[in-house]
Amino acid sequence: MNFETIIGLEVHVELKTDSKMFSPAPAHFGAEPNTNTNVIDLGYPGVLPVVNKRAVDWAMKAALALNCEITRHTKFDRKNYFYPDNPKAYQISQFDQPIGEHGWIEIEVKGEKKRIGITRLHMEEDAGKLTHTGNGHSLVDFNRQGTPLIEIVSEPDIRTADEAYAYLEKIKAIIQYTGVSDVRMEEGSLRCDANISLRPFGQDEFGTKTELKNLNSFNFVRKGIEHEQIRQEQVLLAGGIIEQETRRYDESTGKTLLMRVKEGSDDYRYFPEPDLVDIIIDDAWLERVRAEIPELPDARKARYVSELGMSSYDAMVLTLAKPISDFFEATVAAGADAKLSSNWLMGEVSAYLNAEQKELSDTALTPEGLAGMIKLISDGTISSKIAKKVFKELIEKGGDANDIVKAKGLVQISDENTLREFVTTALDNNPQSIEDFKNGKDRAIGFLVGQIMKQTKGQANPPLLNKILLAEIAKR
Amino acid sequence: MAKMTKEEVIEVAHLARLAITDEEAEHFADQLEAITNAMELLNELDTENVEPTTHVLQMVNVLREDKSIPGLDRELMLKNVKEHEGGQVKVPTILE
Repeated sequence: MNFETIIGLEVHVELKTDSKMFSPAPAHFGAEPNTNTNVIDLGYPGVLPVVNKRAVDWAMKAALALNCEITRHTKFDRKNYFYPDNPKAYQISQFDQPIGEHGWIEIEVKGEKKRIGITRLHMEEDAGKLTHTGNGHSLVDFNRQGTPLIEIVSEPDIRTADEAYAYLEKIKAIIQYTGVSDVRMEEGSLRCDANISLRPFGQDEFGTKTELKNLNSFNFVRKGIEHEQIRQEQVLLAGGIIEQETRRYDESTGKTLLMRVKEGSDDYRYFPEPDLVDIIIDDAWLERVRAEIPELPDARKARYVSELGMSSYDAMVLTLAKPISDFFEATVAAGADAKLSSNWLMGEVSAYLNAEQKELSDTALTPEGLAGMIKLISDGTISSKIAKKVFKELIEKGGDANDIVKAKGLVQISDENTLREFVTTALDNNPQSIEDFKNGKDRAIGFLVGQIMKQTKGQANPPLLNKILLAEIAKR
Repeated sequence: MAKMTKEEVIEVAHLARLAITDEEAEHFADQLEAITNAMELLNELDTENVEPTTHVLQMVNVLREDKSIPGLDRELMLKNVKEHEGGQVKVPTILE
């Protein structure tokens, strides 16, 4: 029997506001444990929460960017549960009137476009951070307690692990462009749970789903879903049934492990939050927020294709991360060729950032610096090969490409007479290569070019050198 | 008239983490049944064209500017905590 996989994702995004959702405590990442707490978040008797205006603005901004309809009369609800990460014994969330509903985003997998629906986007507060010590007790840091969160729930429109990956990548990009969150999975400002079920092809009803947690990186999301898909298929093929349960992705084994079986539906006893009054969003408020949304990845991508003649794929890769895309625009604005700028950013720059595990902003590279180097390549002052040396200097120490080239004597040799002298010497020293070339072995040219590049420390102008070499060898 | 069972009372007590005995559950089942039945009276009213009330106050949009103030002094905050370790609150491990 062949099964179809049905996937829905729940994404939590922490908003990078200055203060918390309902209290004025700092909502900053990385502080000493329990130094960013407040009596409101800790649920002291008699305290009253007050909604952070910017958090509402930003939730609305994210909802609009994800093509959601904004709920004009929205409110908060109380979700009751007991767990040590939350001293109030309830989380203030949104139940039946979430700020955004009926959104969608477009993803692209292997050249195929697909629209994934977004059921809802709601506002809530984060819980504290628990560290299990393994010897019977846990430690709680309440700094995160009360940090503004938005939860984005997708429709069960996702069918493969690759689609889930693409969806997550797109959500991250869009939110990053809106500027409301750092969306860093490694810092927990972007988190993802996956609901997965299988059903025989052709069947309309969904099968029983399991919920997958602990997906701490984009790759774990992909691997976790892939594994869970296989596990469920094996259970079903063996005549078993899928239990409604929560499973955890285990990084060390690449498998999913049972966390708990869900007996019936969770009973959170939601009710309208009595400590907070409703929120009414009028046209003026909505339009003010809408006007603050910058150009989003899809629009930017379309512009790169139509205005800069970039391929759809290149434009997609370049617009995925806002810092890279912004850097690209600044480089082009500083006079660099667009094609070369995008090649350098997606090639050398990305490779460097990956190898060093750095963000672009952690390096000394500036758009002006990169543009200066690219201009030197365009006008033939340096070759692409020499540029790599200049680039290393630029990204590590900064400075001006022109100065680096002069200081290091890296200017390309484009003088024909000088190059001819190098060619003559190389030919004199390698009679065998001349013989090989005459016998039809084109590789001999590559060898000779290599020898000359060695002699010139890579500074020979490659096309010119090739031209002179072919002319000279023909004379022999 | 809705019937409130002992089992329902035990379930609700569990959700609220209240320890109750079987006798108490039966006792409360009777009481809660009387209360919910009294509430049923409200169903006699025609609320067809009435907006649901989510709040008794006729106020909306009570919001504050996003400006942080320093967190509580940690030493002070930890005075209300039974046990702590390295600035963190120590609790028994409860796995979800």
